[in-house]
Amino acid sequence: MRRGAANAQCARRRGLAVRYRLARREFTLDVDFALPSSGVTGLFGPSGSGKTTLLRCLAGLEPAAVGRFVFDARVVDDTATNRRLPPAQRGIGIVFQEPRLFAHLNVERNLRYGEKRRQRDAFVAFEELVELLGIAPLLERRASALSGGEAQRVAIARALMSAPQLLLLDEPLASLDQRRREAILPFLEKLHARLPIPMIYVTHRFDEILRLADTLLVLDAGSRIAGGRLDDVLADAAASGLGSANVGVVLEGTAGAADTEYGMTPVTTPAGVLWVTGRYAMKTPLRLVVRANDVSISLAPLAATSIQNSLPAQVVSLDEEAEATLRLALDAAGHKILARITRRAAATLGVRPGMPVYAHIKSVAVRRHRLAGVLEHYGADPS
Amino acid sequence: MSDPGPLLLSLKLAGVTTAILLFVATPLAWWLSHTRSRLKAPVQALVALPIVLPPTVLGFYFLVFLSPNSTLGGLWVEASGSSLTFSFTGLVLASVVYSLPFAVQPLLPAFAALGRREYEAAQTLGASRLDAFVSVVLPLALPGFLSAAVLSFAHTLGEFGVVLMVGGNIPGETRTVSIAIYDHVESLDYAAAHTLSLILLAASFTVLLALFACQRPRPARV
Repeated sequence: MRRGAANAQCARRRGLAVRYRLARREFTLDVDFALPSSGVTGLFGPSGSGKTTLLRCLAGLEPAAVGRFVFDARVVDDTATNRRLPPAQRGIGIVFQEPRLFAHLNVERNLRYGEKRRQRDAFVAFEELVELLGIAPLLERRASALSGGEAQRVAIARALMSAPQLLLLDEPLASLDQRRREAILPFLEKLHARLPIPMIYVTHRFDEILRLADTLLVLDAGSRIAGGRLDDVLADAAASGLGSANVGVVLEGTAGAADTEYGMTPVTTPAGVLWVTGRYAMKTPLRLVVRANDVSISLAPLAATSIQNSLPAQVVSLDEEAEATLRLALDAAGHKILARITRRAAATLGVRPGMPVYAHIKSVAVRRHRLAGVLEHYGADPS
Repeated sequence: MSDPGPLLLSLKLAGVTTAILLFVATPLAWWLSHTRSRLKAPVQALVALPIVLPPTVLGFYFLVFLSPNSTLGGLWVEASGSSLTFSFTGLVLASVVYSLPFAVQPLLPAFAALGRREYEAAQTLGASRLDAFVSVVLPLALPGFLSAAVLSFAHTLGEFGVVLMVGGNIPGETRTVSIAIYDHVESLDYAAAHTLSLILLAASFTVLLALFACQRPRPARV
């Protein structure tokens, strides 16, 4: 029996090695991949691409799935040797798309359900978790009397109370409106910073990926079409199936002194200083995502422009993308930045490799790296 | 006043049968409501058979298969020293089969409405399958269990044909209230028949009233 290379390698060290095959009516899930055992993996793909099915396989809810799942050198599931741990013994928490709270119990007893049955010590105390997810005022309420956003937060807390070693989140915000999503995302970011366990986060929304994920796994029609570190996948987003609009680079930086009058913060990155909207405390580690679509170039510095972020750079290469557009790879102080310009613009400017240019960055997506106790911010900054 | 023996025997029979039925029908209904097996349709048909079959047919087959001359009945006689036919044990066995659909049917929609959502969630929180069923499915499907218990009890209380065929008319052993009423009418003792009939009527009505009163629409689950 063939065993995937990634699977064989990873069986002996830390991390997840996953190989599953399961035929569905609409598609056949057929994946073989490895993931790191820390940080958030974004599981991305169109609906019907097998994201939920894959999570259900990992959690042990798909008895018909065939394959092997090794987590930190522990064989969780292996159909070849018929070693299949039942869901209760996998140490895997899952938050489903719908909260699935127990309607006959109140919120606190929902939370205690997993606590009573857990086999490991808690990595986060009940009180802290309740505080972290903002559910302290809900504890006495019946589970059936919660709003969608409240119920989903309780579901996340309940999964964590069972002290899982891996947390699976299946589009936990999908059933919520934009306002509620925005209310929960900061909680998830805090969890990401606070929890020592890996998470797999399923979504079809790219902004959630940018905010939460360190690693990316892209599925289409049941198969893995891309995977790896977020910046690697983003740099080749079009080929990865994320859509060419999401091609970009990730810049790690540190916040400088915020301009409180205008509500912006300079961020020092390897490519240069970039101003982002929002006030961040000094030295907050931040991750900036710069999409190729948001970067334009000029041959000379622009004198009068609304664009706040311009970096001197050098053209490294020109890659034809579509009939009308090119993807430019630029070198800004030794760091790669991608820009998408039209072929017509490239011809007019006479762009060629080695040419010095100015890269103008219209908007930046910001994500905090670790919990630093500052204001949340995400979004395109007005230029 | 007529002898309370048949009434007590009927209550005992219905109680024992209902208790056994809940243990038999629960896994059966859970399996039926979630399986994709090809056996589902035949099993469903078998379970529903007692609804359409004349009790005499059922009773006749029981008489044949439980009699000491049959394999099963013979083994029972060897093991216990008594016959399954014309005994309380035989009656319980027959009643369990006869009332099975009345225990299974109310559970099916209850399980179907619940789905596997909470059951799966409970397992991922560390509950074994049995634990998840007892701690989550059971309380959430409680109205279904209540209906199943009440209908099984009431149906067993009112059975006549099967009892007559399998149990006969042995006071204290197989002479249930419906048999007693038949007896009283045969012997033209209408007063005694009236008393027992009225008690059965009132008891059945009360039980069903309690059932339907319990099933008033509850606030919708969100």
